[in-house]
This record gives sequence, structure tokens and C-alpha cells, in this order.
Amino acid sequence: MTAASPDRSFLRAALGHPAFVIGFALSLLFIALALVSFVWTPFDPTKLAIANKLKTPTFEHWFGTDHFGRDMFSMIMVGARVSIAVAFVAVGIGMLIGVPLGLYAAARRGSLVDEVIMRGNDLVFAFPSLLLAIMITAVFGPGAVNAIIAIGIFNVPVFARLARGAALSLWTRDFVLAARVAGKTRARISAEHILPNIANLLIVQGTIQFSLAILAEAALAYVGLGAQPPLPSWGRMLADAQTLISLAPHMALFPGFAIIITVLGLNLMGDGLRDLFDPKLRRGR
Amino acid sequence: MTAYLLRRFLSLSLSLVAASLVIFLVMEVVPGDPASFMMGINADPQAVAALRTQLGLDEPLPLRYLGWVAGLLQGDFGVSYTYRVPVSELIAERVMISLPLTLYALALSTLIAFPAGILAASRRNSAADLSVMGATQLGVAIPNFWFAMILVLVFAINLRWFSAGGFPGWDAGFWPAIKALTLPAIALALPQASILARVMRSSLIDTLNEDFMRTARAKGLSRGQALRRHALRNALIPVLTIIGLQFSFLLAGGIIIENVFYLPGLGRLAFQAITQRDLIVVRSVVILLVFAVIVVTFLVDLAYALADPRLRRRRT
Repeated sequence: MTAASPDRSFLRAALGHPAFVIGFALSLLFIALALVSFVWTPFDPTKLAIANKLKTPTFEHWFGTDHFGRDMFSMIMVGARVSIAVAFVAVGIGMLIGVPLGLYAAARRGSLVDEVIMRGNDLVFAFPSLLLAIMITAVFGPGAVNAIIAIGIFNVPVFARLARGAALSLWTRDFVLAARVAGKTRARISAEHILPNIANLLIVQGTIQFSLAILAEAALAYVGLGAQPPLPSWGRMLADAQTLISLAPHMALFPGFAIIITVLGLNLMGDGLRDLFDPKLRRGR
Repeated sequence: MTAYLLRRFLSLSLSLVAASLVIFLVMEVVPGDPASFMMGINADPQAVAALRTQLGLDEPLPLRYLGWVAGLLQGDFGVSYTYRVPVSELIAERVMISLPLTLYALALSTLIAFPAGILAASRRNSAADLSVMGATQLGVAIPNFWFAMILVLVFAINLRWFSAGGFPGWDAGFWPAIKALTLPAIALALPQASILARVMRSSLIDTLNEDFMRTARAKGLSRGQALRRHALRNALIPVLTIIGLQFSFLLAGGIIIENVFYLPGLGRLAFQAITQRDLIVVRSVVILLVFAVIVVTFLVDLAYALADPRLRRRRT
């Protein structure tokens, strides 16, 4: 058994998939910006310099300055940190709660618990995600943590449904039957045989949900329900830009581009991963 | 069919009850007492207590829930803390903007997505297909409120074709009102049109690969004829489901877009209510939108079952 060879073939296939390569590069770019912002930004993103306000891009201020004279590029770097952190934790919550629920429902398919879990999912789905977020922030107040909870709750049924659907078809397979005959419990089978086989699907969906979470975080921050000042966030930068849009369009353009490029990168990467994980499509390439 | 209808109707009612319970309970855990909030910090404790009784806040929780639901069934949402008018009046006024906006966006999204999806599917892997697919990738990545701001910058500020926001009211005439809703509807429709075009394309590609399409071509129909007469009709079923689902996304997405354009719709009502902690209004808008979503989903399911008898059997 040569464990290295399938990995190498996967890597070769990945490098030959243009959408994946572009998506991966764009996603990596923003993760890098976020990480670098911890140790270095061109300027202090919270430092006000009114004399320097509303500057269009210059050699010194790459993306210009905002209405308080803050450096837009530095703000976008730190904003990347907020977006990525909120999206990462929100999708993580969705996976950590949703996947076990889905696996459990599949293991006990047809039972009352299964029915309750699935109807609960339907109920959460009936709340448009944004509405759910607005309700939660209306009750508990605005802030990054409540934005995470709101986006996270909406991710739970996404992963529960996906895990259940994929697991259901696996439960009829021979290798699962063999494991049952060997006396393994349902929980052990779910963890040892089902979960590894649906991991690819979960990773692909996770990438897509990550991009949706970034959009949702930006929308919440834009209406003032996300991360609070002085922490820069892409959504709030756009809200600031709105009243000044005829005067300083660059204030709206750059945070918008940051969101679009990040989301585009994640989506391309997700689509690419889906192709790469599907052996039928891989052979066809 | 009757059994199917009954079962679906039962599950519809259960969803509505569950949704109302969740919304009621979430709004109950709100910190702070609405009565003392309304009266201000320096209010006389006796007056606050009187108001609590008047608002029915002294009654036990289950009784208040039942009272609220009974009111809802009669179209009585309660009285707004801040506006001091029945919430149903506020909502009726705002729905006249939010609903037309949603339908306008839905129509635009369909009008863009159908030709784009059909073009991409019928000329698969051509330059046209690749451009449509590229455009849809971009369409889902663009936040609609940002797109809305750019539309304002280009079409309202620079070209002056539209106003940057506000709503003249339906009294000002049909066309001025529609004109005021045009930019918001375009912004709202963009991501949905992208998703719909992708669904249309993949659904049509699946249908084009079916055996009956080969038969249609073999009996002498041209590509275009076979596409129109046989493929489109069959490809439409999944597309219609997505259109039904999009109704809810558009309704919720309108909440943000209304804020960009200062449209006095349900979304702005909800946001103003949040900043004023007018929770009766927040609760009413939320439950109205959630009910709309649940009922539309139910109707889509029903239409689906009418079109395809196989689906009437119990879901597994």
C-alpha cells in the first residue's frame, strides 16, 4: 500500500484544475492579509487623521483614506480578520452541531427522533437567515458574537440535512452491514465508517457556506448589527461609504471588491473541490 | 390526493404553530421590561404598573401566548409601543411597498435567468455558455447592498435617470412608483437571477440528455423545435421550485435593500423598531415574513404534487 500515490495524483489533478487554482489563490490571499494584519499594517487602522481625509489612492495610501483619514488598505486588512473569524466560527458551529444531528438521524432513520430532528431543520429553514439574524440581534443586541450565533444557527440544518442524506445511502452498503455483523454500535459505525465517507461532501459544502457566511456578516455589519466600532469591518466600511458615495466612490469600491474577491475565491475553490473529489469527473479530465 | 392534501395541511399548521411559539419565546427572553422602557427611566412606578396591566404583561406566559395567537388569527397584531397605533395598520401600509418590490425582483430575476440559462444549456461549452457561467459566478459573489450602492452612483448620481432613494407613494401614480422601485428591484434580483440561471442550465442539460429528446429529433424536429416542445417543459419543474424558494430570499433580502434606498417598507419598519426597542413591531414583522415563507413553500409543494403524481406518495 503506497499512501503517497493517491495524494500525489490528487495534487496533480488539483493543479490542473484552473478554477480550483484561482479560487485557492484568492482565498489564500485574504487569509494571508488577515494573518499579516496581526503583526503589520501600513497604518494604524483606528488612527484618525482628519487633515488627511477622503484621499483617493496614492502611493502612500494604496486604497485611499476614509472620512476620518483612516488608511483604507489597513482597514481592509483588519476587516478580513473579522470576516474570516466570524465566518469560520459560524460554519464551525453549524458543522459541530449539524453533522452529529444528521448522523444520528440517519442511524435512527424512521424513528421519532429522526422525525423531530428533520422537522426542526425545516422550521429553522423557514426563517430567512437574515431575519433570524435580525431577530437575534434585536433581542441580544448587536455585536460580532451575536452575528456568529445568528449565522451559525442557520448553518446547523444545512449540515444536518447533508449529513443525513449522504449517510442514509451509506447505511445500505455492504461494508456497513459487515461492521454491524461484527457487532459495532451505531455510534461507532457512524464515526468510523460513515463520517470518513461523507467528509468530502462536508468540506465542499463547508467552503460554500463559508462564502455565504462572509456575505451574511457583511450584510449584518452594513445595517449596524455586526462587529462594533472601533473594529473595522467590510460591511460597516460600506455603510460609512454610502452617504459619501458621490464625493468619495473609492470608499465604496475597495471594501466591495474585497468581499467579491473573497467570496468568488471561496466559491471557485468549492466548485473545484467538488469536481476533484468526484472520481468520475476526475477520470474524465 | 385528499389524503396527501390533509397530511400536507396538517404539517403546514404544525409549522405555523411551531414558528409562532419560537418567535414568542425568543421575544420573551428580551432583557428589560417594555412598560418601563416606554415610560422612560424617571417614570412613576405606579404608572408603569398600570401600563403593564394595560399591555397584559402581568398575565402568565401561556395565557399571553394564546391571547397573542388569537389576536393574530383576527388580524390583530397588537399596538405599537412607539407609534401608539395598531401594528396591523403600520404593516398594511408597508406591505404595499415590500410586496410589489419582491414581485418586481422575482419577475426581473426570471426574465434574466430564463434566456441566459437556455442559451447556456443549448450551446454548452460555447463562448456564450462560458460567459453566462462566469457572470453567474460573479453574480452570487456580489453583495446586493453593494451592487445597490453602485447602481445609485451610476444611474441616480451620475446619469440622473432615477432618484437615489425614497418612494413617492402609489398615489403619485403607477409609473413614478414603479420607477422608484426599479433600482432596488434590480439590486435584489441580481444574485437570485444568477442562481436561477444556473438551475435552469443544469436542469435543461439533464433533460436534453434524456431518451425522449433523441426520439423527438429522430422524428424530424429541429433542435429548436425539440427544445421548445419537449425539453423546456420538463426542465421547468425544478426551476419552479427554486422560484418559489426565492420568494422568501427576496422578501428577506428586501429588508437590507429597503435601507439602502430609504424605502418605507417592512424592512425599514423592522429596523426602526429594533432601534426603538419596539418589540411588538419586530415580532409582528418577523412572524408575518416567516408565515409568508411557510405558506409559499406549501403552495410550491402543492403545485409540484399536481404536476407530478409520483410526489404525492409519502416522502421518505
